[in-house]
Amino acid sequence: MAEVKIDSKVTVVALVENEPGVLNRIASMFRRRAFNIDSLTVGRTHKPHVSRMTIRVDAGPEYARKIAANLQKLINVIDVRIIDNEPHVERDLALIKVRNDDADSRNTITEICDRYPARIVDVGPKVAIIEVVGTEAIVEEFIERVRPTGIVEMIRTGVVSMGRGTRIHDTNFINRRALAEAAAEARNGNGRIV
Amino acid sequence: MKLKGSEIIMECLLREGVDVMFGYPGGAILPTYDAMSQYEDRLHHVLVRHEQGASHMADGYARATGKVGVCIATSGPGATNLVTGLATAMMDSSSIVAITGQVPIPAIGSDAFQETDVTGVTLPITKHNYLVTDVRELAYTIKEAFHIARTGRPGPVLVDVPKDVQIAETEFVYPEGEIELPGYAPPWAAQDMDIEAALRLIQEAERPIILAGHGILMSGAMNEVRELAERAQIPVSLTLLGKGAMPEEHPLVIGMMGMHGEACSNLAIQEADLLLALGMRFDDRVTGNLKTYAQNARKIHIDIDRSEINKNVKADVGIAGDLKTVLTQLLPNLPQKSHPNWIGRIRDWQEDASERDILNYETPGILLTAQVINDIWKLTGGDAITVTDVGQHQMLEAQYYPHQRPATLLTSGGLGTMGFGFPAAIGAKFGMPDEEIWAIVGDGGFQMTLCEMATAVQENVNVNIAIINNNFLGMVRQWQELFFEKRYQATPMVNPDFCKLADAYGIPNRCVTQRDEIEDAVQFARGIDGPTLIEFVVEKEEMVYPMVPAGADLHDMKRRPKPGEA
Ligand SMILES: Cc1ncc(C[n+]2csc(CCOP(=O)(O)OP(=O)(O)O)c2C)c(N)n1
Ligand SMILES: [Mg+2]
Repeated sequence: MAEVKIDSKVTVVALVENEPGVLNRIASMFRRRAFNIDSLTVGRTHKPHVSRMTIRVDAGPEYARKIAANLQKLINVIDVRIIDNEPHVERDLALIKVRNDDADSRNTITEICDRYPARIVDVGPKVAIIEVVGTEAIVEEFIERVRPTGIVEMIRTGVVSMGRGTRIHDTNFINRRALAEAAAEARNGNGRIV
Repeated sequence: MKLKGSEIIMECLLREGVDVMFGYPGGAILPTYDAMSQYEDRLHHVLVRHEQGASHMADGYARATGKVGVCIATSGPGATNLVTGLATAMMDSSSIVAITGQVPIPAIGSDAFQETDVTGVTLPITKHNYLVTDVRELAYTIKEAFHIARTGRPGPVLVDVPKDVQIAETEFVYPEGEIELPGYAPPWAAQDMDIEAALRLIQEAERPIILAGHGILMSGAMNEVRELAERAQIPVSLTLLGKGAMPEEHPLVIGMMGMHGEACSNLAIQEADLLLALGMRFDDRVTGNLKTYAQNARKIHIDIDRSEINKNVKADVGIAGDLKTVLTQLLPNLPQKSHPNWIGRIRDWQEDASERDILNYETPGILLTAQVINDIWKLTGGDAITVTDVGQHQMLEAQYYPHQRPATLLTSGGLGTMGFGFPAAIGAKFGMPDEEIWAIVGDGGFQMTLCEMATAVQENVNVNIAIINNNFLGMVRQWQELFFEKRYQATPMVNPDFCKLADAYGIPNRCVTQRDEIEDAVQFARGIDGPTLIEFVVEKEEMVYPMVPAGADLHDMKRRPKPGEA
């Protein structure tokens, strides 16, 4: 399936310390600076002390640079990148509960689902839950297709992105707690932490 | 060696070079106060009368010395009383470490007695803050706090320490070596291509102007800025906090810019074809209407905070870096230049301004703030550290007390915090015991923190208080006169007898109502080794000119009429 890119949107990806309160610091900064953001997701990475945030902004790259500069100022933010034109994979996921109480709507839904990266994950006599996973654009298009059959409930996760190929966004950062524990074990009198 | 958390705090402060801290005790910080007794000979604690005073004292200390100021308070109300001081320090990039007590860890979140979510409250007004939940992390956290407070763009850092962490014991190991924080790398040098681009703009400019900000002082780039200005013959306009970046007597310095700046500075900015903005952030008080700001100028903006670049004013060349380092990269290839026409034009504006100078007016029988300040300047040889409060007297200080050295005007610029002046002056004196210190305060602002007179007496702090008493919240009254048809709502004040008040605290004092009494009173204050107070009863309805009304174009200044013009 071809990657569709929505041109007006920019993605900011931040690696942050997985510490209590970090999300609060970031949210507080967005509120304080009156930054308008489209979606924000946080998730774990392969390193337990590092979380990764994906922030979608419906604005030009200049705005994204402002956001990035302010994010970078936060001590717990390890690294920030703007994904704009470079090739990347992005995914958004939506769970959509739709009416399913007559043959017509059942057929329509099955038909639409066949043409999108979507599947029905729960079926009952009155409603069904559809899961759709894809780029933000695909998910949005899909939602518009099923809307006429009657959406009764919906949730989206927000976009996550990753650069293609060897564009690797990672950090060697080891958190202080891990360091301090290592040092405590290896303490040799002078207490130097290396 | 096993130490209690409270002792670790003291050990860490000592290792950071702290010799004085300003604070106020209470339940949740009591273990730390108890530990102080063992350290009394090396770490002096100044008991304030309100925690706001402690935060401003730490700030004044930091601004005067360039070192980190330390304040300390208990949980809940103690910590919330620090808030104004932290916000003040945040806005003016002043390095403070605040240590607050917190309820014991098991009680956190239970609305315990004197529990406040202090890290939550101070999150947007600190550069960073910590809640220490494990005594083993305490030493590292304090070291990190100092590092963050003093490096990069300095700012306040708060460390919240629960009572049980202060009591708990652990092996004390001071983390030696450099702090390395993965998410914290203040920019340092510029890229060659940016230096080249900047040099090209300087080379091409015919009407350049340097906007000299606080960053110059903090980076210690005074010599580099001077060399830049002299070699390329660029006039220098100062921000309020940039005062001292270059001696005001220097012929290239054309005074302060902005709302109450010199007309020649504001006009020059509007006509310039190049702005060199050095360690300043284009605050709305210096730009006026951004849409019409410096329309003819290309802009070079150098600041250590990347997020300042392109924030308010778009830069043609934006460099995030340490000013001294960046200017050192730039200077070797800086062309020798001269701009006689441009400087001539500025001289004409300066002449016009001096015709309007209030000091040249006949004002028999009344005492004017400008006269008081200018006389204090003369009598102190222009060499005192002045610490102002906020209002008309603050702007008049900036206009009538020229400063030659860096860090000799301490004032709350970004937040404009009334009540800052007097406690900040006390803090400054602790940092700079050999300097002559004057707190120049309004009758309004002084009353916000005057309880610190007791602190000044208890510690015998040699600070001279000059109260500019106009019986008004003068600056607000000025706005009411200009923009609200003189409806003086809530600005006239019935004041206490300040001299009697000083008497009650045991502070030697004088009251001055005539110009010819100024000298005697100032010399009286200078002769006393301890706090003194002079009340200057000035004209009630003075105006500070020039004035760019809030949001107006920078060249659209209200000027004092010339004699005969009024
Ligand atoms: C804490 C605080 N409250 C209110 C203000 C708004 N304000 C700015 S200047 C001013 C008047 C200051 O009066 P005074 O201290 O007497 O100084 P003056 O202007 O008369 O020299 C006020 C109320 C402020 N800056 N800070
Ligand atoms: Mg007043």
